[in-house]
Amino acid sequence: MKLIFEKSVPGRGTTMLGKCDVEAVALPAELCRQEAPALPEISETDLSRHYTELCQKVHGVNCGFYPLGSCTMKYNPRIDEEIAALPGFTAVHPLAPKETVEGCYEALDTAKKYLCEVTGMDDMTFQPAAGAHGEFTGVLLIKQYHESRGESHRNKIIVPDSAHGTNPATAAMCGYEIVNIPSAPNGCVDLEALKAVLGNDTAGLMLTNPNTVGIFDENILEITRLVHEAGGQCYYDGANLNAVMGAVRPGDMGFDCIHMNLHKTFATPHGGGGPGAGAVGCKGHLAAFLPSSALMDNDGRLQVRSFAGNFLVVIKALTYVMTLGAEGIKEASANAVLNANYLMRKIQGTFEPAFDRICMHEFVLDLSEFKKRTGVSALDVAKSLIDHGMHPPTMYFPLIVHEALMLEPTETESRETLDWAAEIFRKLYALAETDPEYMHNAPHNAAIARPDEVRAARTPILRYTK
Amino acid sequence: MGSYVPSTKEERREMLEAIGLKDYRELYQDVPAEMYLDKPLDLPEGMSELEVSHAMNAMASKNRVFSTVLRGAGAYDHYIPSIVKYIPAKEEFLTAYTPYQAEMSQGVLQSIFEYQTMICELTGMAVSNASVYDGATAAAEAAAMCRDRKRRVTLISAAAHPDTINTVRTYCYGTNDELRIVPVKDGKTDLDALKEMLTADVASFYVQQPNFFGQFEDCTAIGEMVHAAGAQYIMGCNPIALAIMKTPAECGADIAVGEGQPLGMPISFGGPYLGFMAATQKMMRKLPGRIVGETVDAKGERAYVLSLQAREQHIRREKASSNICSNQALCALTAGVYMSAMGPRGMAEAANQSMAKAHYLAKGLCAIEGVSLKYEGAFFHEFVTVMPKAEEVLAALAEADILGGLPVEGGILWCATEKVCREKLDETIAIVKEVLGK
Repeated sequence: MKLIFEKSVPGRGTTMLGKCDVEAVALPAELCRQEAPALPEISETDLSRHYTELCQKVHGVNCGFYPLGSCTMKYNPRIDEEIAALPGFTAVHPLAPKETVEGCYEALDTAKKYLCEVTGMDDMTFQPAAGAHGEFTGVLLIKQYHESRGESHRNKIIVPDSAHGTNPATAAMCGYEIVNIPSAPNGCVDLEALKAVLGNDTAGLMLTNPNTVGIFDENILEITRLVHEAGGQCYYDGANLNAVMGAVRPGDMGFDCIHMNLHKTFATPHGGGGPGAGAVGCKGHLAAFLPSSALMDNDGRLQVRSFAGNFLVVIKALTYVMTLGAEGIKEASANAVLNANYLMRKIQGTFEPAFDRICMHEFVLDLSEFKKRTGVSALDVAKSLIDHGMHPPTMYFPLIVHEALMLEPTETESRETLDWAAEIFRKLYALAETDPEYMHNAPHNAAIARPDEVRAARTPILRYTK
Repeated sequence: MGSYVPSTKEERREMLEAIGLKDYRELYQDVPAEMYLDKPLDLPEGMSELEVSHAMNAMASKNRVFSTVLRGAGAYDHYIPSIVKYIPAKEEFLTAYTPYQAEMSQGVLQSIFEYQTMICELTGMAVSNASVYDGATAAAEAAAMCRDRKRRVTLISAAAHPDTINTVRTYCYGTNDELRIVPVKDGKTDLDALKEMLTADVASFYVQQPNFFGQFEDCTAIGEMVHAAGAQYIMGCNPIALAIMKTPAECGADIAVGEGQPLGMPISFGGPYLGFMAATQKMMRKLPGRIVGETVDAKGERAYVLSLQAREQHIRREKASSNICSNQALCALTAGVYMSAMGPRGMAEAANQSMAKAHYLAKGLCAIEGVSLKYEGAFFHEFVTVMPKAEEVLAALAEADILGGLPVEGGILWCATEKVCREKLDETIAIVKEVLGK
């Protein structure tokens, strides 16, 4: 389809503003740009149709099943959107006098109280705008804590090799040396490997539990104890929090701080890649280091972005938590785990799980044997799913499983959807035996065929030119 | 309690049975008993949609919505065309994840490609990324792009937004790098001080245009000075002003960043906002975050993909240029729709009217005895006045449903946009006059 620039006609446009009702002021000539920016000149009809056509080339959770592992693509309730669009929240200035924005502070305080209870933490900030941004904030808490105790020599962060790529990247942004430790065969922490690297240079450990293969690490108390014993702090990557709410709390596992992806666990929509919110919770001893805003608070603390963070995203998450309540939160996680186990067992017998045991909210299929036999790769299966209207699972992650497909169905899918999805996987398993070529070339019915990514990287075209 | 779990009790029992389990506790068999929660979370009972709607509406109604906003300082109350609210609310845009699977996300990818093009047009720069969290993080990421082994020090003007300065300070603290703040003179960056501070260890200098006090900086002269010292030049720009102002490219910037909120996003108590980032061709592979590129598909048709991913954390891990994953895709989409709805003329009109109204307000206020401009220099849509009884003035304005300027050191920082009509400006001036006349 055409780009919006290709639909632009000089002289077309909309009428948004009236005549200026005060005297015009000319910008000093030396400050004027040479020529006007070539932005689209388009009628409102064409504008509306352009974006409608674009949205028809997008698969959202509203369109169908979206088992993208580690991303918690649960249903995004519309009431949350409606609440976040109230003028009482959207039309208030971040620097308005505090007594005129009591509702904002009440919302933030309430969200803090509830999410601290869910995670077992004592304090929280909503300033981080995304999960990785929350990690950055959390590891900076650890850094400031060690410094405040005169222990700046602690310069190493331990990260298991099964971790999300953001973990080591975050530790590097915080000035730390990264110590990668190998995982045990089941993706859990190898206690001996951990002990071997712990020492008085340990600043902390970054961990997600359940881990990235969807298994709850039963040694978690021992792990956090060992790290604390060595003088380190324990950081909980909350990407997988949707497995355990109401069942077990990161604070009770021994973690000192945590980020939550409100856009995963707390049902706020992903918006095609943001805005999210990466709330960071911590135990009392780290609370003094939580960030603030120089302009809103002016208390000399660090800060990771302007003002109070993605406020409207917090409103959506709060609306969600208030809707579910204590019981509903627990029910959500329990059914996320039930749905994952149900789907894993339904698929089993064709594609095999990397670990034949109970899983948490997600599981990983290992297609390496299947690929050897049929020549059909995890990528081919993923692309074939697109033709059935299913968003592919996360591919080739975690790195410790080869030909991995990671599925996270979430709790908001019905049994029929799970049965249907399992049936599609079975069909593709059979198709790989009879017509692997067809799968190598999938998808066949999507908006585009497979794109040439190598060409995109070698000869980058990153903007439209006439 | 509210619930979004579709399965009935009976179905859940059957599903548990199908996987050979008796009850939910068995799902958590790996969780050691000593930490398994045997009591409910200390949260209120859940609510129906109607109940939660009442509760949240009550909370929202505790906030005061002013009909006239004369406060900016990083959050600007511009007119948002109606269509800008409807398009990003389309469920497909709203509920999709990052476009990892290009075949199922061409709509998101093309919208970002179009956004990147518009940012390049606005800034004059060669390449743009798909956006970052906000203007402050964009500045911090830009500074990080410029540091190399020899040059580690970042300079920033004291006339930048305080939250931007503090965010850059925080990112520098992360990597154990030094941030030095270039002082202000008469409301603008002190160029003599800057010249002295541009030592051989300086990686970059960041200036905001117009600056926090609304003043125009001499960005061309600054650029020449920065480059002469071998450092990189980062400009933080107001995107509305860019519709009429000399572009960062024309000023010689290596990286242009800014707060994209004025491009169709409500002020929303501070977020979600949008950080835009554009750079010269030379800096392209140092840009952090998502970038969309054009390519062809297996049938030779034009297609869009996430590109240059070798820079990113999921490939490079600790060697990545940043840990950033999410951009602010829906905000970038919003900005794209805004720029298309306004068009080049509409955006220039918004810029010109904002500037005209701010000057009208400044002139009216300064005609009152005891009120003067704190700085002499030319300004865009913000300015600082010196006046007595600032607190009383703001209180009287609030009573008239007007959010006055922001109290800053030594004065009040005012802002006007195209949204404010002359009548309201006259009313503001009259109220100030009345309070000061008492």
